Amino acid sequence: MTTHLVGDTAVLLGRSLRHITRSPDTIITTTIMPIAFMLLFVYVFGGAIKSGAGSYVNYLLPGILIITIASGISYTALRLFMDMQSGIFERFQSMPIARPSVLWAHVLTSLVANLVSLLVVVLVALLMGFRSGAGLLAWLAVAGILILFTLALTWMAVIPGLSAKSMDGASAFAYPLIFLPFISSAFVPTDTMPGPVRAFAEYQPVTSIVNAIRHLLTQQPVGSEIWIALVWCVGILIVAYIFAMFSYRRRIS
Amino acid sequence: MTGQASAPGIVARDLCKSFGNHLVLDKVNLQAVEGSILALLGPNGAGKTTVVKILSTLLKADAGTASVNGFDVATKAADIRASISLTGQFAAVDEILTGRENLVLVARLRHLKDPGPIADDLLTRFSLIDAAARRVSTYSGGMRRRLDIAMSLIGNPQVIFLDEPTAGLDPQARIEVWQTVKELAEHGTTVLLTTQYLDEAEQLADRIAILHEGRIIANGTLDELKRLLPPAKVEYVEKQPTLEDVFLAIIGVQGKDGGAGNRRSVGTDD
Repeated sequence: MTTHLVGDTAVLLGRSLRHITRSPDTIITTTIMPIAFMLLFVYVFGGAIKSGAGSYVNYLLPGILIITIASGISYTALRLFMDMQSGIFERFQSMPIARPSVLWAHVLTSLVANLVSLLVVVLVALLMGFRSGAGLLAWLAVAGILILFTLALTWMAVIPGLSAKSMDGASAFAYPLIFLPFISSAFVPTDTMPGPVRAFAEYQPVTSIVNAIRHLLTQQPVGSEIWIALVWCVGILIVAYIFAMFSYRRRIS
Repeated sequence: MTGQASAPGIVARDLCKSFGNHLVLDKVNLQAVEGSILALLGPNGAGKTTVVKILSTLLKADAGTASVNGFDVATKAADIRASISLTGQFAAVDEILTGRENLVLVARLRHLKDPGPIADDLLTRFSLIDAAARRVSTYSGGMRRRLDIAMSLIGNPQVIFLDEPTAGLDPQARIEVWQTVKELAEHGTTVLLTTQYLDEAEQLADRIAILHEGRIIANGTLDELKRLLPPAKVEYVEKQPTLEDVFLAIIGVQGKDGGAGNRRSVGTDD
């Protein structure tokens, strides 16, 4: 059984990646909203926002990357939901395969699709004047945080993917996640916010993740922020994984 | 192969399943001998799909035992999955892949060597070779169902579950599916097919089990089921009861529910 886990996951990953290459619109729709926000904030609101030294697009990009991931994983839930609906999930589960490979293939597909979307958004940001003097190590750290955050949200997306009753339900859970960066340090420094909002903003995961990425890209010392960010990512990942496994077992028992 | 009568394809004993407070299966007993076709006949909501899901290891029964191809569903699920194929109620094909890619995918997941030739062979057999390179989303309902069944044949499973295989098909496509099912049984495959079409059960099945509100209320060959009715009255024309008459009489529709003797089940092989 487990001997086939890697092989079966690879075969199923090939299948869902083909879905993405054949309908690249999922990448386009994933990146359109973050890019629109980026244009809006840099060219419309940006002039009025005091984010400190440096260009606003540099300040903004980490938050935009978080929004990109949040909007990307709604497709993960959708793809899984479609597999449940069409009956192909049951067909796979009734075959002599390593059963978890069906989920792992979706998770890895989500990772690949999100990395492509993130790359597109970074390229657009470069066109808009984003510049960073960060070295290879800092970029690798940024990539690591983004991958961890994608995996955490992907396992979260598996839950509605497996248990949603409708297509809207499968993807709607992503909306609060997309708007979480707005109440964080992603667009404006938190010290301009009134008391309770500021408290929420400073203690929610997006702020520490955004700050860690921002400091890495602007070559500032990351301090304890990066550890808080990592604890958030790993914590969300573990909790989401447990609940995803719980809903998975409910579907196959 | 070994001890004919005791080498059955599918055996279910006293299967029970509830979803919440709703009792879906109430002590279901079934048997399909190796190489035979068993039709599970019943209206929507009778519990047919639940039976299929338990036997194909997608659901666990609350009580009772079942074995498929000699393996117990509770303890040997992996062995069962290696010996069965499931064709669900809706053609479970990948719409974005081509017909050929669907077949290759299943062959790979069954860990077969040379998935390519296997796929081409089935495409020819199911008259899909011209559409092989087209995405399945462009296929007609009949083509999808043919592809679906072709996918189920990969790896030559000993037992095949077909859950309402002809639902939504036009008469022509229906006859094609019937032909395929007959050929399968001729080659020794055990087939459990669920249907709500009486003529389908009459056409295909060696034995018919009628599932009504979670219970098997009749079980036997077509002739045995016909004998359940009181002898036909001879008036002007002697009319043999069709399976439809049998069905309606034993589930107690149209005021014919009087004779309590009608409500017994037959075919509990001694």
